[in-house]
Amino acid sequence: MTIAPIEKTILGPVEEIPYGEGRTYAVGLDMIAVFRLRDGSLRAVSAVCPHKGGPLADGQIDNRVVVCPLHLYAWDLATGCSQSGQPPISVYPVRVDDGHIILGD
Amino acid sequence: MTQKLVVIGNGMAGARTVEEILARNGDFTITMFGDEPYGNYNRIMLSNLLAGVEDEAGIFLNDLSWYADNNITLHAGTKIEKIDRKAKVVIADDGSRTPYDKLIIATGSSSWTPPMKNVHNPKRGFHQGVFAFRTLDDTRGMIRYARDHERAVVIGGGLLGLEAARGLQNHVSEVTLLHAMGHLMERQLDEKAGHMLQASVENKLGIKVITNAMTTEILGKDRVTGVKLADGTEIPCDVVVIAAGIRPNTQMVADSGLPVERGIVVDDQMLVRGEQDIYSVGECAQHRGNLYGLVAPLWDQAKVLADHITGRDTEAAYTGSKLSTKLKVAGIDVASMGLIAPELDDDEVIIYSEPKKGIYKQLIIRDGALAGAILVGDNSKAASLIQSFDRAQALPEERAEMLFDIGGPAGEVKPEDMPDDAQVCNCNGVSKGAICGVVNAGCKTVSGVMDKTRAGKGCGTCKPLVQRIVEWAAGGEAEDDPAASWYVPGVPMPKPELMAAIRKYELKSVSSVFEKLVPGGEHDAKSKMGLASLLKMMWADQYSDERDARFINDRVHGNIQKDGTFSVVPQMKGGVTTPAELKRIAEVAEKYNVPMVKLTGGQRIDLLGIPKEQLPAMWADLDMPSGYAYAKSFRTVKTCVGSDFCRFGVGDSTALGIAIEERYQGLEGPGKMKLAVTGCPRNCAEAYVKDLGVVAIDGGKWEIYVGGAAGAHIRKGDLLVTVDSAEEVIRLTGRFLQYYRENANWLERTYAFVPRIGIERIREIVIDDSDGIAEALDAAVDEAVQSYKDPWKERAVPATPGQFRTSLPLTVLPQVPVRS
Repeated sequence: MTIAPIEKTILGPVEEIPYGEGRTYAVGLDMIAVFRLRDGSLRAVSAVCPHKGGPLADGQIDNRVVVCPLHLYAWDLATGCSQSGQPPISVYPVRVDDGHIILGD
Repeated sequence: MTQKLVVIGNGMAGARTVEEILARNGDFTITMFGDEPYGNYNRIMLSNLLAGVEDEAGIFLNDLSWYADNNITLHAGTKIEKIDRKAKVVIADDGSRTPYDKLIIATGSSSWTPPMKNVHNPKRGFHQGVFAFRTLDDTRGMIRYARDHERAVVIGGGLLGLEAARGLQNHVSEVTLLHAMGHLMERQLDEKAGHMLQASVENKLGIKVITNAMTTEILGKDRVTGVKLADGTEIPCDVVVIAAGIRPNTQMVADSGLPVERGIVVDDQMLVRGEQDIYSVGECAQHRGNLYGLVAPLWDQAKVLADHITGRDTEAAYTGSKLSTKLKVAGIDVASMGLIAPELDDDEVIIYSEPKKGIYKQLIIRDGALAGAILVGDNSKAASLIQSFDRAQALPEERAEMLFDIGGPAGEVKPEDMPDDAQVCNCNGVSKGAICGVVNAGCKTVSGVMDKTRAGKGCGTCKPLVQRIVEWAAGGEAEDDPAASWYVPGVPMPKPELMAAIRKYELKSVSSVFEKLVPGGEHDAKSKMGLASLLKMMWADQYSDERDARFINDRVHGNIQKDGTFSVVPQMKGGVTTPAELKRIAEVAEKYNVPMVKLTGGQRIDLLGIPKEQLPAMWADLDMPSGYAYAKSFRTVKTCVGSDFCRFGVGDSTALGIAIEERYQGLEGPGKMKLAVTGCPRNCAEAYVKDLGVVAIDGGKWEIYVGGAAGAHIRKGDLLVTVDSAEEVIRLTGRFLQYYRENANWLERTYAFVPRIGIERIREIVIDDSDGIAEALDAAVDEAVQSYKDPWKERAVPATPGQFRTSLPLTVLPQVPVRS
């Protein structure tokens, strides 16, 4: 599990992300995919699939994993661990505050 | 409160049952008693040990540390002499008394010795040089003794006897196999197959076989010098191995007053008859009159017992097993299941025999299901036959497909013949070694291995090979995978049950299906797309469309490419276009600097490499409907030029193709639906290999073929019907497609669906209306047709916030080169 340190950043209103989907944000040099789970909580992971560079924000999710749309490899959204033998992805702290997406602690 | 569980028997049944109980977090302090002074080993592998292909360490399932790790007290080498049911204790041969709350009897079997003069030596059990073949000690003794001797006789020509004979060849130069019956393996093979097997054993392996050989006497004074048969023949030898069958160990149990007939009588929960706290499992248990001497039934019994004893599922019931066996002798393929001879007058018997090659195959089919099969000399279809047999699956109309691979690549590879680095899955680059590694690490279901390695998750062609490798790597014990029958992996129901539940509870959204039908209500990302498709099919306009349930392709109506861009394929009905349309496409391609313009196999034009955020503007400029080249749906109708221009055409295929596409455009299904209409049997539009293909024949008639394919899998479609009019073609196309939509499994293309159901049955339903559902099918497909909306009209306002926002800004990806 890699929890990457990142500076606190306000990404935008949480309504930008529909329930159960993800959107990509550029933060400095990092590309971060933020997902809004159906239970309302957020998860943030690196946006680029380590397998072949697929856009993870376009993947389907449940409350646990994201599935890359290109070759359907899955990663745990909380730990970043692959479920199918791929390298892990970075996960970032993220939360909702007053309707805004807050990345970092 | 923690209960005391005592298990008598530390063989495969006892230990497996305890594993199942531990897996269910059963709250017990466990004590196990085993006759043999070891941990738990795989008895089936003793023949491999004898044959020298496995060492002792390799056959242990649980060594002594496993018992310690799981807080199990093991008394190895201690025999239980009595069960005191009143006091609830077991009494061992060392006088110790062990109390229990729950007791499991898994005493297994012993080797049976047929009556023969001089077989026993009063001082040392067997006569010197005579061995049974049942335990690790038997095997060790045999190997040690055989090393210094030259000629062996095996008594018993069943599975075990054959494996023993083959194994002994590793140690002695001359092996003779004596069998009291008329042919080898008479329990599993009919006479012809038995003789074929005998010929192979003699010619290929060099083992001498004598059938109808009743051994009456062991010769030799202080050690074996030969055996004597009933007809007076004497066969000189130095080693005798008895593999004439097994008998359940039940004496102690009967003496303790428990019900014993041929075995210990148990009910469907594996409880001993009349007892509340005593179970029995494995070879010693008699269930519904049957004793099982194979390992697969034992696994099932262990699960039920564990479910019941832990209270995990008190309704769990064992209802008996269907038996199938494979002979584990290198170079000799034998598999057998179910009946070995027809029993009823209308049992269908199919036989293929090729004596010169030693190949014999027999199938017995009853009421359309496989009731028995024998394979000798060629096991390539064993896995699929065992599956059909176990699950009573519908059989292909072409029975020959069950015996041979027709239309597939020639000659199936055997897992044992493949090197470890051989690539099995050519889509995802998975080797045989990688698959075996996952199996050895404990994952023994085919779908589990596919999930972990992604083997078989590309085009799917290698799935049968993956299955064979998993079965081989698991020693023929691949576990049944209940999820294999589910419509999607995250909802534990096959499609018919799932649809019934969806209707019953009126579940109109994907999330409501998870919440209502999954224990714990857990959502599953990999199940969403299949459920979305199913709900859309079932509810049409009333479907509650949660956009996150859609795959990205369906969210933005384009096919995602390797670099995260999309492809745009406008509809071009029947592959017919106009100069004006072509100009517009050309202008759009220039305006957006489209990296590649490509003609597709479906007779359309593909604009590739389009960034997500440009899609709506491009659709507007094109002003053409979506071609659905990204969805699990009705795709195209390919046509030839037909009768308008072609000098051979006998029917207006272009007009009919356009009409079919006009009507069924965008229809979602469990898989892609690719169609074609061709104007004569020359088949320029490739209609014979489409999900549904229409062929004009002379006399104004049309043939409809279904279940064809020309992708990774190649199959000519089956002729469904010949009709007189284009209207009839359109109507029956809809009816067939609707039947497929309602009954096919998720991602099951028609080339698998049609043979699974059987073309005869499909004809009955779709053409003859034998089930009286034709009208309902027509109405359902009509409703779906009416609810069609061109998704590319969804462009003025995004359906969700950021629907077309890029997911990969600023990132350099593997770019597809621009072609000019």
